Amino acid sequence: MSLIDSLPRVRAPRLPRADGLIPWIVPLAIIVIWQLACVTGFVPARVLPAPTDVALAGWKLLLSGELIRNIWVSFWRASIGFLIGGGIGFAFGLANGLSQLSAKLTDTTLQMVRNIPHLALIPLVILWFGIDESAKLFLVALGVFFPIYLNTLHGIRTVDPQLIEMGRIYGMTDGELFRRVIFPGALPSIFVGLRFALGIMWLTLIVAETIAASSGLGYMAMQAREFMLIDVVVLSILIYALLGKLADSASRALERLTLSWHPAFQKH
Amino acid sequence: MQEVLRFRSLDAAAVARPDFVEEARRFHRSPDAPARGLSLTIRGLRKSFGDNEVLRGIDVHIPAGQFVAIVGRSGCGKSTLLRLIAGLEKPTAGSISFGEEARAEDIRVMFQEPRLLPWARVLSNVEVGLGRERSSADAQARAEKALVEVGLGDKRGQWPSVLSGGQKQRVALARALVSQPRVLAFDEPLGALDALTRISMQRLLERVWRDQGFTAILVTHDVSEAVALADRVLVIENGRIAHDFNVDITRPRERGSAGLAALEGAILKNLLEGTEDTSDDL
Repeated sequence: MSLIDSLPRVRAPRLPRADGLIPWIVPLAIIVIWQLACVTGFVPARVLPAPTDVALAGWKLLLSGELIRNIWVSFWRASIGFLIGGGIGFAFGLANGLSQLSAKLTDTTLQMVRNIPHLALIPLVILWFGIDESAKLFLVALGVFFPIYLNTLHGIRTVDPQLIEMGRIYGMTDGELFRRVIFPGALPSIFVGLRFALGIMWLTLIVAETIAASSGLGYMAMQAREFMLIDVVVLSILIYALLGKLADSASRALERLTLSWHPAFQKH
Repeated sequence: MQEVLRFRSLDAAAVARPDFVEEARRFHRSPDAPARGLSLTIRGLRKSFGDNEVLRGIDVHIPAGQFVAIVGRSGCGKSTLLRLIAGLEKPTAGSISFGEEARAEDIRVMFQEPRLLPWARVLSNVEVGLGRERSSADAQARAEKALVEVGLGDKRGQWPSVLSGGQKQRVALARALVSQPRVLAFDEPLGALDALTRISMQRLLERVWRDQGFTAILVTHDVSEAVALADRVLVIENGRIAHDFNVDITRPRERGSAGLAALEGAILKNLLEGTEDTSDDL
């Protein structure tokens, strides 16, 4: 045993529990400051209700079942719209990434459509679908289509051609080549598209619900505005923030699970 | 794999002359090495990319089990020759034929880059080398054996991204070896490695070649590497074989010995003289 081995090891102090809490310090601090500002009368309650008042409003809505119902409706619309738009976007991304013919046929059209802000279609969508469920699903699907499509296409196009050549040399069939080389190679880029799409999903849904809906979080906020229930309006906004964070965390967890080979996701 | 299947046609001349078989035995320095190598006959081989004629008529016979090095300046066509042999490109004219019917798994290439799948563990990367036999019951055992052969048995469960450059290249070698190829083509496999890693990799290449008895074709710009490893050095200039040297030095070879140095000097002299009057290499 050498002298160095016998010395006590200097270790960086490790706080295992603290690691998970650090990201929440800033949001908590904002709430505390907000509460103080309201309690001291620095901010009038007509402008911004105190967090405790917002929590109370939330509790009431929770008891009446209205909150859960609206969250559920919005969540259902978001998921279905996301699955439809994301599925179609992914399929087009695959087709145009793998087939030159398909890319020539559809890419120019898709790029033109992409440059129309999808929320600009709201008047048209209301005329077509009324304030039915399909109007919201259509808008969400349209919104998430493009980030998924573009990033899937980009991911497939940028797979290392040397790896594809290697796969061919080693006798992989087209199916194997896709499963073992092209798809895993495109996956990091597909995840970038997924996270963009989740953001656009909430944005589209809330806008659509505030304009044309009879249920959902956006509708709840608009109704509250009609009756000057500012605490419910603030509550809705906070719920958007939490749901957005939840969607982002879910996609990150999925990313960590499937990209464990990637140096950026390896634990040291 | 259409390109490889094209080589099925037997080369009548090579088979009809049994002295090639005798010649091949001579190269197997390990007495118990399997006589697995395939002989290779190239006739009138030409390759053009557009107007640029890279290979301008290559004629050479490589006996089974020989270790051949192909040297030349960059742009001389040596890598193209190797890609043609490996079936990655189609010749413009001429033919390449193997002494016996070759399956896709019989001919393997190792590149300068390891080309490992970053999302597959080391062992799965080696299993890729089994080609169509990948789904056989002993696939994993064979892959493990190949990994042990290159000295990386303990790295089987690692991701490629944590390996060093030399280790990645050894995994690539295991992947090339796992199907027990009969011709193994190397395209500057050690070009990106540091000097010490390169020497240990050269020893490894020589050892597996001696143990397994495949025909080895090594493309390199490093003349000392060529004379240290090969039985024969082909010098390519302007798309043709300009010189054909026999390296008649017994193995194991002493690095830096007078015999190797003299031969290396002679080849280098030829290379430098041969390219002085050409402008397209500059």
